[in-house]
Parts: sequence; C-alpha cells; structure tokens
Amino acid sequence: MAREREAITKQNVQRTTLKGLPMKRVSLAVLLAAVAALSVQSASAQTLKTVKDRGQLSCGVSQGLPGFSSPDDKGNWTGIDVDVCRAIAAVVLDDPTKVKFVPLSAKDRFTALQSGEIDVLSRNTTWTVSRDTSLGANFTGVTYYDGQGFMVKKSLKVNSALELNSASVCVQTGTTTEQNLADFFKGNNMKYEVIAFGSIDEAVKAYESGRCDVFTDDASGLYASRLKLANPADHIVLPEIISKEPLGPMVRHGDDQWFDIVKWTLFAMINAEELGITQKNVDTMLKSDKPEMKRVLGTDGNLGEQLGLTKDWVVRIVKAVGNYGETFERNVGTGSPLGIARGVNNLWNKGGIQYAPPIR
Amino acid sequence: MSIAPRKPPLQFALRLKRALGGKTGWNGLAAQIGFAAILAWIAYEIVANARTNLETQHIASGFGFLNYNAGFDVNQSLIAYNNSDTYWRVFFVGLLNTILVSVIGIVFATVIGFVVALCRLSPNWLLSRIGGIYVEIVRNLPVLFQILFWYLAVLAALPAPRQSISIFSTFFLNNRGLIVPLPVSEPGLYPFLVALVVGIVVALGLRHHARRALFQRGQMIRIWPYLLGCLLGLPLVSMLVFGWPLKFELPQLKGFNFAGGARVIPEFVALTVALSTYTAAFIAEIVRAGVMSVHKGQMEAGSSLGLSRAATLRLIVVPQAMRVIVPPLTSQYLNLTKNSSLAVAIGYPDLVSVFAGTAVSQTGQAIEIIAMTMGVYLLLSLTTSALMSVYGWRINRSMAA
Repeated sequence: MAREREAITKQNVQRTTLKGLPMKRVSLAVLLAAVAALSVQSASAQTLKTVKDRGQLSCGVSQGLPGFSSPDDKGNWTGIDVDVCRAIAAVVLDDPTKVKFVPLSAKDRFTALQSGEIDVLSRNTTWTVSRDTSLGANFTGVTYYDGQGFMVKKSLKVNSALELNSASVCVQTGTTTEQNLADFFKGNNMKYEVIAFGSIDEAVKAYESGRCDVFTDDASGLYASRLKLANPADHIVLPEIISKEPLGPMVRHGDDQWFDIVKWTLFAMINAEELGITQKNVDTMLKSDKPEMKRVLGTDGNLGEQLGLTKDWVVRIVKAVGNYGETFERNVGTGSPLGIARGVNNLWNKGGIQYAPPIR
Repeated sequence: MSIAPRKPPLQFALRLKRALGGKTGWNGLAAQIGFAAILAWIAYEIVANARTNLETQHIASGFGFLNYNAGFDVNQSLIAYNNSDTYWRVFFVGLLNTILVSVIGIVFATVIGFVVALCRLSPNWLLSRIGGIYVEIVRNLPVLFQILFWYLAVLAALPAPRQSISIFSTFFLNNRGLIVPLPVSEPGLYPFLVALVVGIVVALGLRHHARRALFQRGQMIRIWPYLLGCLLGLPLVSMLVFGWPLKFELPQLKGFNFAGGARVIPEFVALTVALSTYTAAFIAEIVRAGVMSVHKGQMEAGSSLGLSRAATLRLIVVPQAMRVIVPPLTSQYLNLTKNSSLAVAIGYPDLVSVFAGTAVSQTGQAIEIIAMTMGVYLLLSLTTSALMSVYGWRINRSMAA
C-alpha cells in the first residue's frame, strides 16, 4: 500500500512539472512556425519581388574561371558571366554592385538553382535539351558560343585529337564534357582512361602533375586554365573541337516574368552593340532622334515597364557593364589575358552568329 | 480513525499504463501520441511541399532515370561497365568502389592502429615516442588535406609511363599506377579450385578431429603431414593432370600507356593510404585506452605464471581489452567508410563522386539520388555495426564462460 501511494504522489509531482514547464510550449511554437514557413514557402514565383525586397541579387557563378567568373585578390568578381549578373542587378536594383556571387562547382550548380539558393545561374553552362527540361530550368540565351577541346603537353608531340588512343584524360565531373568525351573516343574506336575531379582546379593540378596526358574542357576554359599553369607555353590546345557548347544563363521554371527579364537583359546587351551604344556614348545617344534609338533607350514608349522594369533599363545595363562587345573584349577578348578572337561570337552582321531578337 | 481500504488497481491496466506512458502514465502516453502526430505531420508537409515544388517547376522526378544510359566512363570498376550502361550500373560501380576502399582501409587501419598502440605502450622510450608523435601529427590534421597530400606526393614522386620503374619487367610503377600481370584463366582452373576446396574442407575436418582428441582424451595426434598433403598435394595433383590453372598476361608499353595487365590506380592508393593512416591514429588511442583499462595485476599475474610479455598481452590483456575496444572501434570503422566520400577531391570514382555527383548533374534528380546514396551509407554503417556487435557479443560470451 505504502509503495503504491508513493508511486501516486510521484506521478502527481511529475504531472505538475510537465504542465508548469514553459519551455515545452515555446519549443512547440517554434516547431509550428517552422512547419508553417515550410508550407507557405512553396513555389516562390515572384523572383523579381523577392530580389527587390532582399535588395540583392543572388547569382550562381563558377569557383574561378578567368574571363567568365573569377574573383581577384580583393574579392571583386569579373568576367562575362559576372557582367550578366551585374547587368541584371542594374536593371532590377539600379546598382550593379548589389550582387551576391555564389561560387558553385559544376555538380552542385543545378541543385542550387532548383532549391532557390540563387536567383540566376550564370556559370558557363551548356544549353542542352535535357537541362532545359528535366532540370526544371530555362536557358535564357547564349553568352558565349563554345566547343570542347583538348589540351596536351607539347612534349608529347601530338598534333591531333585522333592521336590520343590509350591516353589518360583529366576532366571536371558533372559537365557535358564527360559525355562528349565518351562519345568522341567511342566514335573513333579509341581507348582512354577518364579521371573525373570535383573541381576544375583539382583536375588541372592532376594534369600538371602528369597523372593525365590530356586535359579536356570547353575551349575557352582550356585557354583560361592554361593561364594558371606554371609554364603555359609548354602546353597546346589541339585544333579539334568535338562538340557544340552554347553557354548561357539559367533560371528556374515557373516564373515567366523573371525569365523574360534575364533573357532580355542579355538581348539588350547584344542589341546595344548592334546599335553602337557604348558605355562612353550612351549619354549622347539619349539625345538621339532616331526612332529605334529612342525606343531602345526608353525616351519613347514603355518597353521597359512591360518587362516589369523601368523605362531606362537599357541605359542602366550599358552604364553598368557596357554592351556585349565591350564585355567580351574586356573579359576574354584580344585585349584580355585570355586573348580569344571574337570568331563565332561576333555579331551576325559581322561574320559571327550572335543575334538577338529586336527590342520593339 | 479508520482507514477505508482502497480498491486494489487492476494489475493489467497498471502495466499497460506503465508500458505505454512510462512513469508519467496516461499523460505521458497522450504526450507521446501528440508528438508522434506532429512528427508525422511535419514529414507529410515536407514530402507534399517538395512534390508540389517539383511539379510547379517541372523538374523530373521518380526513379525511371535509373534505366537510362549514363553515357560517361569511370576509370575503376569491379564489374564490367562501359558508357552505354544504365545509371543502375553506375550506382553499383560506385557502390563497389566505396566498399572496396572502405574494406581495405579498415583492414590496414586496424593493423596500423594496433601496431602504433603497442608502440605507444612499449617500455622502449624510442618506440613509445614515435608512436606518440605519429598519433599527434596524423589525428590533428584535416583528413581532406591528408588525402590531397598523399595524392599529390605520390604523383610527384612517380615517373611518367615511358620512364616507368620496372621490377623484373613484370611489375611497372609510374604515375598511372602500379601495373601488375593479369591472371587469365586456363582450362585447368576449375579442377584446381575444386581440389583446393576439397583440400581445405578435409584439413578443417582433420583439425576438428585432432582438437577433440586432445581435449576429450588428452591424445596428441600429429596431423601436419596430412594437412600439407591436403592443402598442397591435392592442387598439385590437379595441376599435373589438368595443366596450369592460370597464365599471366604481361603488361606492355603501347602508345601513352601500358596495355594488358591489371592496374592499381594512384587515386585508390592515395585514398586508402590517407584514410587508413588517419583512422589508425584514432584506433591506436582506442586500443591503448582498452589495454590500459585492464588492471595491471593481470600483467603481473601473467608474468608470475612465466608467460613472456608478448604472450601475456596476446593471451590475457588483449582479450580483456577487446571488450572496451570494440564499441569505439566500430565508430572509427564507420567514420572511415563515410570519409571515403572525400574521394571526389582526387578523382577516385566512389559512390558520391559518380552517382551523387555526375549522375545528379546529368539527370538533375537530386532528391532521389541523394536519398538513395544516404540509404546506402546507412545500410553500410548498420551492417558494419551489426557485424561488430556480433563480434563484441562473442567476446563477452567467451569472457563470461
């Protein structure tokens, strides 16, 4: 009996402590709030509003590919892909510096875009049908027409990619490069060994240490990586280009307005070059009487407002980063350390294939 | 004052209350049900939310992708694989590579760990200091750094294929790895294997018989000539009758690299060395703690019985120490397995690198692939744990007996 009663009193005591404990209620409230937040946050279609509210554009870039996106010793990002981000920040937030650059490895980039960690992926990404559909993302245009190539040591005395039978090839994992490589060697009945690394730096380091005979990447990437080698002159890029690699920015499915903004920011850069609007002359161009110029620069009509932006959106872009040609020359062109000729990336009326739909 | 006798509570109800609600009784039960309901709701919300998001963004979902062609190559595979195989096969290729590096790493880590621990425990000043320095250096540096160090150090030290270090013109060492002759099966292989298995079975039977004779009748039987006959004689006879079981394909330099022969890639070597030396440092400390947990009277008892120091350690101290060693040792084995996912840094094609890496970025189906990968690591870890538990249980049983 006595033991029983003791047990009952013990129960009573514990019951009161349980009821009187405020901590439990607090943690429950936090839990509920978390769940509510989770369920409300589904499918944020309002990227434009989110970016404006945040006051910053979150832009996914590479972990350091000179000419496309790489940080300098002070942490300032430069490159073609970076300029696209800055142009978007300029039209949306009127300040090209309000960009948070998120460095992503090739294999993490799509997950970052899908999960909403970044608003736009501008990271030398090849436009393919599977990426445009099953990844839940849309490509918004082509910033750079590229193709995959091979880099070898000059001492190997190889002049063509067709002489690479039984070679070891270093590559960055999570890229179209891996599949192109498999197709190329299979198609030419050649054997090879692939060593796939998590980041481009590791792949280049392994190539330099002699683990591989060949390093393969998009041709622009080869030139950029060659700059990082101890003796760039000891390495050559073979003439064969084995694939089409149109590189461009990407946005999530389900937000057409944001898709339009990113798409037309790039088109505006290309159109600006075609019309001869540059960073230097944009202010004088504003006084132009030409109807086309007035339409593009927003002194006439409301094309910018139709996009959900302001009338002077093209002016903001050109003032921030210049037109497409200026961006190209500054980052990868003959004036830059990479020294890549315009080639196919020239405008359609200058022998290239860069072509943007008209702003009207 | 009379105390009214209270009705004794129903024993069954009381027990049920205890079992379901613990000490707090029915209130506790209600709290538990409430908590479980909230958890279930959260899980449901997460799944439903993810599904809606995937649908609104038109991201492909489901496991259909596993039957598609992967279209990329892998530089080490324990099963036949080429770039027109499916993602299923990629999954198994990666899984086997992970298991390979884990199992070999665990074996080496255990051996090195025990050796270092014995060094640290040694009365020899030099040995114990070397052991101590090893542990302090290796366990205090990040493991990723060590993996990169071994990889780049190994690569830097080795020559290019055309200047390979040749050992009797059969083994070649260069920065593409260690190339060894590849055994190729001959018609004599199956009779040879049968003879070997028969020999082993008969030898085990003989040993059993001899032990019974020793323990039950105190009779010593000399069996080693028979054992030798079974283990060596039978296979030899098979070789004489059916010919050689294997022939070796010698590697030859062709083009950029060696053709023929089998190859151990440097990525595998670097990863195994880094993981096993790193884990060994922790294992050494665990073993040392285990040995020191055995009362020193046991050591003294051993020497008073006239056993040597090595024999005392082997027969008396280590078996008792194992009881303390096994649980934390299991954790280290699990750590090694999980750390093997750092392989992607040096291009070793483990599960995370080829499946949770390349396959994710090609298909975009991160949720499915990451869930599968997590499931696999969980399964590997639980299997290791289970095996170690069985081992620990056997030790405890033999201690109690």
